Amino acid sequence: MSYRRRTLSHLAALESESIHVIREVAAEMRRPCLLFSGGKDSAVLLHLASLAFQPARLPFPVMHVDTGLNFGEVIRFRDEWVSQLGAQLIVASVPEAISNGVVAEEPNGSRNRIQTPVLLEAAERHGFDALFGGARRDEEKARAKERIFSFRDDFGQWDPKNQRPELWNLYNGRVFPGESMRVFPLSNWTELDIWRFIAHRDIPLPELYFASQREVVDRGGMLFAVNEFTPAADADRVLTESVRYRTIGDANLTACVRSTASTIDQVLVEVETTRLTERGATRGDDRVSDTAMEDRKREGYF
Amino acid sequence: MSTVDLARIATAGSVDDGKSTLIGRLLYDSKSLFTDQLDAVAATSRRRGDDYTDLALLTDGLRAEREQGITIDVAYRYFSTRRRKFILADTPGHIQYTRNMVTGASTADAALIVVDARHGVSEQSRRHTFLTTLLGVPHVVLCVNKMDLVDWSEAVYDAICDNFTQFAARLRVPDLTFIPMSALLGDNVVTSSTNMGWYAGGPLLNRLETMHVASDRNLVDVRFPVQYVIRPQSSHARDYRGYAGVVESGLMRPGDPVRALPSGFTSTIASIETPDGEVEEAFPQMSVTVRLRDDIDVSRGDMLCRPHNSPQIRQDIDAKICWMDAASVLQPGRKYAIKHTTRWGRALVKDLTYAIDVNTMHRDETASELALNEIGRVQLRTTVPFFVDPYQVNRSTGSFILVDESTNRTVAAGVIETHQY
Repeated sequence: MSYRRRTLSHLAALESESIHVIREVAAEMRRPCLLFSGGKDSAVLLHLASLAFQPARLPFPVMHVDTGLNFGEVIRFRDEWVSQLGAQLIVASVPEAISNGVVAEEPNGSRNRIQTPVLLEAAERHGFDALFGGARRDEEKARAKERIFSFRDDFGQWDPKNQRPELWNLYNGRVFPGESMRVFPLSNWTELDIWRFIAHRDIPLPELYFASQREVVDRGGMLFAVNEFTPAADADRVLTESVRYRTIGDANLTACVRSTASTIDQVLVEVETTRLTERGATRGDDRVSDTAMEDRKREGYF
Repeated sequence: MSTVDLARIATAGSVDDGKSTLIGRLLYDSKSLFTDQLDAVAATSRRRGDDYTDLALLTDGLRAEREQGITIDVAYRYFSTRRRKFILADTPGHIQYTRNMVTGASTADAALIVVDARHGVSEQSRRHTFLTTLLGVPHVVLCVNKMDLVDWSEAVYDAICDNFTQFAARLRVPDLTFIPMSALLGDNVVTSSTNMGWYAGGPLLNRLETMHVASDRNLVDVRFPVQYVIRPQSSHARDYRGYAGVVESGLMRPGDPVRALPSGFTSTIASIETPDGEVEEAFPQMSVTVRLRDDIDVSRGDMLCRPHNSPQIRQDIDAKICWMDAASVLQPGRKYAIKHTTRWGRALVKDLTYAIDVNTMHRDETASELALNEIGRVQLRTTVPFFVDPYQVNRSTGSFILVDESTNRTVAAGVIETHQY
C-alpha cells in the first residue's frame, strides 16, 4: 500500500471506511449479527470484520439464510471459512420454515421472496438489533439511495422516503425494541473494487467464481448450470461451456456467463472490460420490473 | 495495491440546468455506465413517451422519483479514471431538499454547481454555494452549462463569472474554478471543447482528477477519537489492549507522547496496527489500532491528542445547524441527544441566535424556531464535555448530529463555530 503522499489509495480508503462502520456497530448496537451467503461480497465483508477486531475474535455471530437451493460448494466454503475464523454460525433454514408452515413455497419455485420472513423470524428469535449485509450501492438503483445504517421498523420494513439523514461519519443506530438496523459497510464499493480487494488480500472464494467447463442450458439468453436445482428438461439442449459466476444466489435463479477467466487476475481483466452489470447479466430475480429491488427491500429483503 | 486515490464530489442543480445530463456524460464518457443500465433507462424513457433518453432516470432510482420525475434523495454514483476513483453524491437542487444537499456536501472534497448559461447565476446556485461553504467543501467548480445555446459566447461566460465572483467574495470558498461547457454535446466535460478556443483551462474531468484533495486534510492537530477498545478474551493475547479508531487529523507515530481526554493522563504510543500490520506513521482517514505504553483509563468516546495541542473541552457549544426533521421544529428549551465523533451526550438548546435565509443569507434575529431545511445559529449546553475544534479548522471534531430521543430520528446536523472569548 502506498503511503507516499499521506493519501490512502482508493481501496485502502474504502477498507478504512468499512472497518470504521463495522466497529461503530459493534460499539453501539446491543446485538449485531453478520449475514453471510458465501458470495464474494459477504466474503469481503467477513474478511473486513475479522480485520476490524484482530487479534480478538469477531464480537458477533454470523448468520446464513439457507434457502435449500444453495450450490453445494458454497455451503462447504461457508462452513470451512466460518470455522477458520472461530466465529459462531447460525443457519436460518427456509426448507425448515416451509415444513413448519411458516412460509409457503411460491408457484414459480423461487425462494427469493419467502426467505425474507425466515430472515426476520430468525433475527427476532435471536434478538438481533443490527444485521450487516454485503450490499453495494452500485448494484442496483434502489440500493444507490440507501443509507449505510438503514433503519427497519418492527416489521423489518424499509421506508425509502423516510430515511434518517446520514452525515459525515456520524451514524445514528438508535432503535426502540423490535426495530433494527441493516448496516451496509460495502455501500461505496463497486464490483471492480471487490475483485481488486479479493486479489490484494488474497481472500478465498468458492470455485464457482472461476471459469471451468460446466454443463449448461440456455434459457432466454441466460446460461444456467445443470444441477439438482435446475435439471435439464427434455427439450433443453445441454451444452458444455467454459463458464463462471459473477454473482452467486440461489442455484435455480443465478445464471453464469461464458468466460475463460480461471484465475483472480484473469477475472480482474474481465471485470475491468465488461459492459454489463453483474445483476443485469446473471440475476433472474431482478428482471421482474424497474422497481423489483425496491419492492422487495420494503418488505425487509436485503 | 493501486495508487489510484479516492475523491468525493457533490453535485447540485436542477434537471433544468442540465445536471443529470452532466452526470450521465461523466459516467458515460468515463465508461462507468453499463450497457444494460443504459438499455433499461432507454426502455423506460420510450415507455413514458419521452423524445430522448432521460439520463435522470439513472440516478432517480426510487418508485416515487420515477413516477413524479423528481429527485427526492441523495443518489450515490461511482466512476473512475486511471488516476482517481470518484464517489459522486447527486443531490436534488430544490429548496425543499436542502437537507439532502447538506448531507451530500458533508463529506465532499469538491462541489459541482451547475448553472444554465442562458439564465446565469440564480438564487438556487447562490443557495447551493452558501451550503457548500457552510459544510466546508474545499473545492467548488461552477459549471457554466449549455454554452451551445449562447453561441459559445465568451462575453456571456465572463459576465456569469464576474457576477459569481462578486457573490462568492462574501463567502469562504478556498478554491473556486469556472468551466464553460455543454454537457449535452460533451464540450469540456471529459474532452476539451473545440468550440471555445478562448477558454484556456482544461475540461471538468481533468480538473477533478488533478485537484489536491490530500492537502486539504489537517496533518497538524492529532485527533484520535477512541471508537472501540480491543481486548481479546483469549489465552494467546491476554494482556493485549488496543484502542481502535480513525485518525481524524494529524500524524501519529510510535514513540509520540499522547494525552487522553477527558482524563488528561499522558502516555506514549507503543505501536500502531493496521490491516497491513504495524506502521511507522498513521495519517488522516486511516482506521488503526493504537497501543499505549501505559495502562491508563481510556474508553469509547474518549480522545487521544498531543499533550500541547488539545481540542477545546466544552459543554457550551456555539454552532450553525441545519434542521432536518419534517415532524418537529427546533425551539429554545428543547433537549436532544448529541453525537460528536464517537461520543454521545445530551444537549439543551439554550438559544436560537438567528435563522439564516439560505437564499439571501440575511440573518433573522427574531426567529423563534427552525423548521425543516432551515439553518440557524444556536447555543447548546451539553451534559458531558465534548472535545471540539471549529469546523473551519477540522471537519471531524467540528461536526455533530442531534437525535430526537422520543423518535430516535436524526433531526439536525451542526457545524461548530469559532469560539469568541
